[in-house]
Formats: sequence, structure tokens, C-alpha cells
Amino acid sequence: MEQKRTKEEYKKWAQEQAPKSPKLKNCVMAFVTGGVICTIGQFILRALLNAGLPKNDASSLTTLFMIFLGAFLTALNVYDEIGRIGGAGAAIPVTGFANSIVSPAMEYKREGYVMGVGARMFLIAGPVLVYGIISSIIAGIIYYLVT
Amino acid sequence: MGTRLGKQTVRLDSKPVIQSWASIVGAKEGNGPLGRYFDEIVQDEYFGEESFEKAESKFLRETLSKVLMKGNVSPGDIQYIFAGDLLNQCIAANFGLRESEIPFFGLYGACSTMAESLILGSLMVEGGFAERCVCITSSHFCSAEKQFRFPLEFGNQRPPTAQWTVTGAGGVMVGKFGDGPRIVHVTTGKIVDMGINDANDMGSAMAPAACDTITAHFRETGLPLNYYELIVTGDLGMHGKNLCLQLLEENGIAIKEFYDDCGVMIYDRQKQRTDCGGSGCACSAVVLAGYILEKMSRRELNRVLFVGTGALHSPISVQQGESVPAIAHAVGIEMV
Repeated sequence: MEQKRTKEEYKKWAQEQAPKSPKLKNCVMAFVTGGVICTIGQFILRALLNAGLPKNDASSLTTLFMIFLGAFLTALNVYDEIGRIGGAGAAIPVTGFANSIVSPAMEYKREGYVMGVGARMFLIAGPVLVYGIISSIIAGIIYYLVT
Repeated sequence: MGTRLGKQTVRLDSKPVIQSWASIVGAKEGNGPLGRYFDEIVQDEYFGEESFEKAESKFLRETLSKVLMKGNVSPGDIQYIFAGDLLNQCIAANFGLRESEIPFFGLYGACSTMAESLILGSLMVEGGFAERCVCITSSHFCSAEKQFRFPLEFGNQRPPTAQWTVTGAGGVMVGKFGDGPRIVHVTTGKIVDMGINDANDMGSAMAPAACDTITAHFRETGLPLNYYELIVTGDLGMHGKNLCLQLLEENGIAIKEFYDDCGVMIYDRQKQRTDCGGSGCACSAVVLAGYILEKMSRRELNRVLFVGTGALHSPISVQQGESVPAIAHAVGIEMV
């Protein structure tokens, strides 16, 4: 290759000219999207508490409902659009977690229910689960030792 | 028998003729700026099949029959078919063409496969080993996303350097005789790796390869820089096109006025939200078999340098932190 640059120089040069992500816009949209999702959750929690449910049951039911909502909107081909606009604001709430499990399950249905849906379902959520569980164990041990 | 002009370039003295061509695309490509040039626009992303992979095979199969029909020949008249796609083990081509009964070469040159197949097909004709060859490639947005990126319904954001895989297939029939655009020069690319390891930035990875091949083409053929009315790369996208132009200028090749990129031409990037533009084997294939050859046959274009560009990575090599090697092949097509 007749190149005047080393690999490092080329990489830097190419990156400088690459189109940039609209960071401020993305942050605002993530804030708004995440806020809307959490407000819906809060609304449901309030409604359940007002209906006289104990706080623990009400918060579990709220989580369940939000997971259902995420899965439902994924199946309706809507959640990918919310994710495109909201970015991390749509990915971090539990609805995003539901989306990360339902979307590969839909995608790999043609490969069968065992090696397709079953095996690929945790393609994206798998690492979150593995490291989430490991950190919760470590946190538990620290909590046990401290108290 | 062809004359070797240099390390990479061969001049085809018999000037094999592109006798017929056809392209089928998906809905998004049909809605793009080049929509009216394609032979068929398929609205259903499944093309009536039960999986995206089968749909892609069908794109290839239907395009082949269109190429044969437009060339007024039957499968028995074709000595070789050169075909490829982006899927593992080239299953779109293998499955799509298994009933064709034509001697088959499966190719993988990533998105450069159309130019690669065109080079091999025309060399085969030039060498006298075939009277007619078909060169054909396909890609499908949904099957490519599944293999290289995330599930379709996963709610993630595409980085601004990302490109959109073209859904469709394009093919041409190259033969010894007849009228039509002729293949005069072929320049085979070398693998060029400038250490880019972001799989979402194919433009940066492929631009040096495109520059390398175009530079070699002009150096070895000795043609003047304004010889071609259009020099078109496969799928560098907006970012890669910009980089390629600057790299070429540094090599003393100023071709800004007649240079374009199929990935930039095929979509309206703003309206269709394709970020840097189109990509995939079908990107250069349908722009060639739809737009460029049509323009040439109407003599609105007489000399075109078609440069297929490909990024030779796999999801595994990217996960292992390897850089993205790239390649570009150039085919000089002329009306004579």
C-alpha cells in the first residue's frame, strides 16, 4: 500500500473525519425517554398502592407489568424505534432488558425452539445476567462480613 | 488471450461483452433515488419465503432467471456461474442456485464479490474457456444484521459511521459476442489492512484498499486520469468516499469530478436514515446491473471504472480484537 501514514496515524486521521454522534441530543433524548418509562412505572405503582396493595407486592407487580410492556412493544416492532430514539434511556430500564431477551427469541425462531429460541434468547442479556449475579454475590458477602 | 500490464492489471484484448444484466431489490432500495432503474422491487422482506436466508436465495434465483431471460439464453448455454453473498459458507448462493444445473464457483469477497466475480467471469471468457458466464451476488439487510450485528427488534442506536446492508441481488452475463458494454481492463486488488478495528466503520477500513487498487489501475494501464466518465466504488459510504478521495489526491490522482460511491448513490441518507449509506454485496451489484449498465447501454456513460470494495472480517475476528482487512477490485467497462 502506498501509504504516507502508519496504521496509528491513519486510524487517528480517519477517526477525526468520521461523522460524530450528536452527543447532547442523544443525552437529552435518553433523559426524556428514560424519564417517560419511569413515570409510567411510577404511575402504575401509585395506582396499585392506592388500590390497597402492600408496598412489596405493588413494586413486584409494577416490575412485572413493565417487563410485559417491554416484551409487548418489542413484539409489535415498536421498541426498536424507541431504542433508536432513546438510546440508553430505553436500554437501562427493565423494559430494555425485556427487549434484549424477546428480540433474539423472535429472530431465531426459525432455528427451532431448542437451539434457536432457547439457546439464543440470552445472546444479549446473558452477560448482564452473569455479571449481575456475580456482583450480587460479592455484594452479599461484603454485606455479611460488614454486619 | 489478454495482456498482462502489471502486477495487478490485465487488459482483455477480446473485450468480453456484458450481454445482459438484471437487478431485484427490496422496498427501501426501491424507494431510493435509483428506484426506477431496478428490474423488480419486492415489498415483502421475506419474498414469500419462511426465512430471510431463503428470501435471499430467492433474490439470487430470480435475478439469475431474469439475466437469462433478458439475454435470451437457457441455463444450458452458460458454462460457468460465479456467485457469492455475505452469509456463512455462502448459503444464499449455494442454496439459491442448486437447481440451476450450471457449473458453479462460490466466491467470498465480502462486498467486493460483484467485482471479483466479474473479473473471474471475464477472464474465463477471454481465455476461451467459456462462451458465456454469469456473475451474480446478493445480500439481505435482515440476514446480514442477524449474522453480523444485533436482532432486528433490539432497540439499539446505530453509530453515525454505520451503513445499511442493501437487500437485493444483481447479476450480469458476460460473453464472447454481441453488443453492449465491454470489459476492457481488470485490476485485482491486494488485501490492505490499515488497522481499523471498528466493525461499525467499514468506510475507514476499506478506503485505503480502494485507493490502492485505483492507483494501481492508473499506474499499470497508463490511462489518463480523465479517461473514465465515472469511477465508482462499491460501498465506502459517505465517510469512506471522503477518505478515499483524499488518499487518492495524496497519490496524485485527482478524480473528484467523476468519482462516486454506490453506497452513497443508492439511498437518500437523510430521509431513509441509512447513516453513511448502503453496503453489502448487492449494493455495488444492483447499482451496476441497474443504473450503470443501463446508462451505458443508452450511451449516457461510455467509460466506467467499477471498483468493488469489501471488508474481510467476521463477527469472530472482530470479537477477538482483530483489525478489519479490506480489498478492492477494479473493472474497466467501456462502450466501444
